[in-house]
Amino acid sequence: MAQILFYAMAVVALGSAVAMVTRKSPVASLLYMVTTLASLAVIFVLFEAHFLAAIQVIVYAGAIMVLFLFVIMLLNLGHDYRKDLKGGLAAVLSLGVSGALAGLLVSHFRASAPEPFAGRIRDSGILESLIAEKGAVGAMARPLYVDYVVAFEVTGILLLVAVVGALALAKRRV
Amino acid sequence: MLIEALILSALLFGVGTLGVLLRRNAIIMFLCIELQLNAVNLAFVALSRYLGIDGQVFVFFVMTVAAAEAAVGLAIIISIFRHYETVNVDNFNLLKW
Repeated sequence: MAQILFYAMAVVALGSAVAMVTRKSPVASLLYMVTTLASLAVIFVLFEAHFLAAIQVIVYAGAIMVLFLFVIMLLNLGHDYRKDLKGGLAAVLSLGVSGALAGLLVSHFRASAPEPFAGRIRDSGILESLIAEKGAVGAMARPLYVDYVVAFEVTGILLLVAVVGALALAKRRV
Repeated sequence: MLIEALILSALLFGVGTLGVLLRRNAIIMFLCIELQLNAVNLAFVALSRYLGIDGQVFVFFVMTVAAAEAAVGLAIIISIFRHYETVNVDNFNLLKW
């Protein structure tokens, strides 16, 4: 069952990612991106990342994509798609480069994924028992606030700087 | 299911790269970079199922950085649009060779 759901969502994610790259209208691309994000959230649930799946839907699909949509509509780009997709040599070159990159990654994963982790890959279990014991949010809370607390605080500063930077850049007169 | 998820992540990363290289609309290029970040997140989540929760914590940080990047990047795109009246990257070629 999980296997079937995984393959279905993988096909949806990949198909809508390709559609996102090839659609001319920015709004259509963005909606395909939302579909990709939602199907990735389902895959996250299949890998026991329930909290991240919720964050993916609420923050990514909900907030960041709406920000993109706001900007597209603010700048009135909905009809501005002349010369958007590159053609000719540039298209062939970009297809070649990205195809080579994806092929390299796939062959690398296929060849080496089981080996570096060979001794450490367990038959699931460890995450399930942790989540069953502490809950999906509680399981993440301890590493987030204890082991990675410095990174967490720095992230807070990063968000503050991003707010100030976005305001300074987007305001007409600071 | 691990190896399939890693392959899906590689393919999504490739599609994102294709989008960055192929499109001229700066906002869509930005969207494709978000797709690449999501592909990496998928690899982290898939591996964290087998290696422990730390991968998920890292995905949390990646999402935060992506949100900050989207806010600043879109602000830059808005100020570029004010200057040039377009977001087509062919027009911003000052730093091109």
